[in-house]
Amino acid sequence: MKTAFWQRLDLWARQLTPFGLTLALVVLSVVPLHIPGFARVAPLLALMAVYYWSVFYPSLLPAYAVFAIGVLQDCLAGTALGVNALVLLVTYGIVLSQRRFLVGKSFFIVWLGFAIVAALAMAVSWALVSILSVTLIDAEALIFQYLLTLGLYPVMCWFFLRWQQAFLNTE
Amino acid sequence: MAERPRQIFRVEASIRTLAQRFLYLGLVGAAFALMLLGKADVLLVERMRAHVTDAVAPILDFASRPIASAKEMINEVRAMTALKSENERLLQERARLLQWQAVARKLEAENKALKSLLNFKSSAATNFLTARVIADAGGAFAHSIVLNIGKRDGVKNGQAVITGDGLVGRVAVVGNRSTRVLLITDLNSRIPVLVESTRTRAILAGNNADQPKLIHLPPNARVPQGDRIVTSGHAGVFPPGIPIGVVASVGDKGIAVQPFAERNSLEYIRVINYDQEGVLGGLEESEYQQLTVPGQAR
Repeated sequence: MKTAFWQRLDLWARQLTPFGLTLALVVLSVVPLHIPGFARVAPLLALMAVYYWSVFYPSLLPAYAVFAIGVLQDCLAGTALGVNALVLLVTYGIVLSQRRFLVGKSFFIVWLGFAIVAALAMAVSWALVSILSVTLIDAEALIFQYLLTLGLYPVMCWFFLRWQQAFLNTE
Repeated sequence: MAERPRQIFRVEASIRTLAQRFLYLGLVGAAFALMLLGKADVLLVERMRAHVTDAVAPILDFASRPIASAKEMINEVRAMTALKSENERLLQERARLLQWQAVARKLEAENKALKSLLNFKSSAATNFLTARVIADAGGAFAHSIVLNIGKRDGVKNGQAVITGDGLVGRVAVVGNRSTRVLLITDLNSRIPVLVESTRTRAILAGNNADQPKLIHLPPNARVPQGDRIVTSGHAGVFPPGIPIGVVASVGDKGIAVQPFAERNSLEYIRVINYDQEGVLGGLEESEYQQLTVPGQAR
């Protein structure tokens, strides 16, 4: 009885790690790095994490977790509340509907998928923020942010894969 | 007999996907509702934001320290290598500044004498709160930083935030132990300023780029490139005369100002407690409600 309880608790804790890790990434992404010009084009770590987990482990990242991640990001980054929540939910929805095209494919296909989904996500957030602030927002920084996010994806992907091997694929 | 359990399983699975779909759509709706709420009830949403930032502030405070000390170490190594040339530069600067000091002393004495002649009352006393920057909210959409002090340290909404170089922004949201500062480059930032040499009034408007723009200039006003821009003190929010930046370019796209304070080097900053009731300064929650709903105040 006792071992079963501890086993279940252990499994539960392991299954919570994708959500916890993504929350930690949201907090880390606002820590000041003191690199000139970096803050404006900081890569979207949460977007990468939500994409990765919804492609490979959607059962461990339910929709309400994605919503919570988005709201935390809105609160910390100072964007209008709800914008990132919606953008991450849209990302999640797109990935889940196109999942059968992505699972089991080579890394480059998954990366290409991320390029398309991230472009869509950033276009949606640009449109939302522009509407909410009633001005057309300068998209220059956004393009650099997109390229940086895309370039950093393989690194984060490697990290998530290691995480997955360490905490989730134990059976 | 084997058919029935499978059917039940199938029905259950389809109900589950349906429920998941409803949950997803409900959450999308909730995100839209949050956006509308943010437009309708600013105070409530800002208070919520302050609570969340408060909760994360200790983690941010902890996480930002190693990076700050790493930066300090790099700076120290760099300073060691440039010791000789730096010393020479400082000696030259000292000679120049001694001349300035003589001029300033003379002007101070003259100023004091003239003020006593006129019975001039100087503006309200100011004091400072020093704080550490614990978050630099990234992204192309909002420019803000978070400080590790809050209401319990005496920070109030609307106070000016400066470094030794110049104005950084103003306090936008105050939590109990964290403060969000709206940078002067943010899209929502509007600051009454003066062109220092000509005393022309204008508004410095952020545009989410590195260089904010001057707007609402009087017609036919001339703003030469390289002129300093300082706070004007109008509207009573900021003390007058805080340096902000220099005019970087004058063109068809407007007058761009290069701020003195660099965003990436913000580490320790000061919050000015300027005791003057402005449009933002002393406005407490109850007064805010009185302003918006005058009938229900009693």
